[in-house]
Amino acid sequence: MQAEAALSRTILWGLLAFLALAVGLAAADAGFAAHAAIVGLVCLSLMITSAAKFDPTSRLNTFFKVPESPSHYDDEPIRWGVIATMFWGLAGLAAGLFIALQLTWPQLNVEPYLNFGRLRPLHTSAVIFAFGGNALIATSYYVVQRTCRTQLAFPGLARFVFWGYQLFIVLAATGYLLGVTQSKEYAEPEWYVDLWLTIVWVCYLIVFVGTLARRREPHIYVANWFYLAFIVTVAMLHVVNNLSLPVSLLGAKSYSLYAGVQDALVQWWYGHNAVGFFLTAGFLAMMYYFVPKQAERPIYSYRLSIIHFWSLIFLYIWAGPHHLHYTALPDWAQTLGMVFSIMLWMPSWGGMINGLMTLNGAWDKIRTDPVIRMMVMALAFYGMSTFEGPMLSIRAVNGLSHYTDWTIGHVHSGALGWNGLITFACVYFLVPRLWKRERMYSLRMINWHFWLATLGIVFYAASMWVAGIQQGLMWREYGADGYLVWSFADTVAAMFPMYVLRAFGGLLYVSGAILMSYNIWMTLAGKQREEKAMIDAAYDPEKDRPITDPEPTAVPAE
Amino acid sequence: MSFYETLRHFADSYALIVMFALFGLLCLYPFRSGAGERNHHAANSIFKGADDGDQ
Repeated sequence: MQAEAALSRTILWGLLAFLALAVGLAAADAGFAAHAAIVGLVCLSLMITSAAKFDPTSRLNTFFKVPESPSHYDDEPIRWGVIATMFWGLAGLAAGLFIALQLTWPQLNVEPYLNFGRLRPLHTSAVIFAFGGNALIATSYYVVQRTCRTQLAFPGLARFVFWGYQLFIVLAATGYLLGVTQSKEYAEPEWYVDLWLTIVWVCYLIVFVGTLARRREPHIYVANWFYLAFIVTVAMLHVVNNLSLPVSLLGAKSYSLYAGVQDALVQWWYGHNAVGFFLTAGFLAMMYYFVPKQAERPIYSYRLSIIHFWSLIFLYIWAGPHHLHYTALPDWAQTLGMVFSIMLWMPSWGGMINGLMTLNGAWDKIRTDPVIRMMVMALAFYGMSTFEGPMLSIRAVNGLSHYTDWTIGHVHSGALGWNGLITFACVYFLVPRLWKRERMYSLRMINWHFWLATLGIVFYAASMWVAGIQQGLMWREYGADGYLVWSFADTVAAMFPMYVLRAFGGLLYVSGAILMSYNIWMTLAGKQREEKAMIDAAYDPEKDRPITDPEPTAVPAE
Repeated sequence: MSFYETLRHFADSYALIVMFALFGLLCLYPFRSGAGERNHHAANSIFKGADDGDQ
């Protein structure tokens, strides 16, 4: 029976590989053919593995490491997720450093595959969807099991979500390099990759809700609310924004169902809520579980966390139009976006305060625990970027800042500071627990990582503030004769020193991530670095003695 | 009135009131009397049981 099942599985993968080959041969364009070839290779390797790994005495479960009994949490996909987070994180950060260098020294553009236009979406998708997405999937699997005190529902589906998501990343990334794009920011993959992601995402929802449904803990902890909001909203955003009509069923090109300003509004409704629900709600879920766990104190105010949740849900969804100030979008819609963005300042800061005040009474941990230090810095950057964001959404400020590097600086103070640091902190929390190690290989390296990352962000954000405001002012400067004073090329040349500083900041940030990878690598190898403890109150054994003088020199006070 | 205008008027009046009331109620819900104990329990629920990554 098992042999027959294995045989039919092998045949199925073989047929799918053959089908992919046929699709590749009949494809209308090279990009689609390349993607068919990738899918074909995946099917072929799955066919070979199902045949070669067949062992009649074992079940498929041992191959995928599904837990034997319900008395253990299903941690295998989380381990894969943590490794994938680090792998894609390094790839995405390296791509970011490279495109920063391309902006500084344009000679680094290698036509056509490695020019800025193709590498930029590769960088954004790699850091947001590959690094951030894997972190979200891994931590959500971890948190939902721990807070519901139950095993992950549908273990097979949970594994499919992980691997299906990796396939999405590979198809998206290779597509960008080959020039396959639908030109929607943060939603560049074409229609067939979008369909695949929709399938994977619905499975993710089923796994998550299934686990919640079988919970042993009566209350659903607030972190799960944020995860659920993130999963449901991203599904909705993804489907609506990517509605399009493919030119041919065997070709990559498609056209959006929307036109003109409606297309722009749908795109930024998607784009800003990708920030709000992917990069904010999802990562706040991490914050609401891992910050209290690492601080060993409950969240400062559970009530505030619920208000934080509902305010984000009700306000964020309206903020998108602030990306379209001074465009053909109706004024009332621009104002709506601006007003809701400003209102968002309150829940954002409420959440930041909630996270920070969790340390109330244990602030000394910032000095002694580098992971807490990282979390606090992440929350500080969450606060800073959610202050800067509403400010930039004010139409008059946006008139200066839009299209300049100020926006880039703002995005990176949020992405590197908030998303990056909170993810790193969570990974540092997870690695020793998932691989059953006493602690990380080196706590001092975490401290080094903290400082490298923080300094990197400071260089990045500060240089982009200067660059952005300078650009904005140069672009709008009129001379006495009524003509613009500067040509665009003048403003590009003026950016050079700022671009060098930005690239240096990126280099520091990447170095921190490389150090972290080494730290994790050594932890997995089962090693512990011998190092001076982080906690070090002064102690001198010579002075730690009673006074032995025959006569007391000081007279006791009465 | 066009379909668009009908929808706009509905969105600007009843829908807005309902949404705002819903938001207010959801925010007030954790402040109902007797919720303090439940909130405290929920906030501390993550510390129950071992968390060495397994049990």
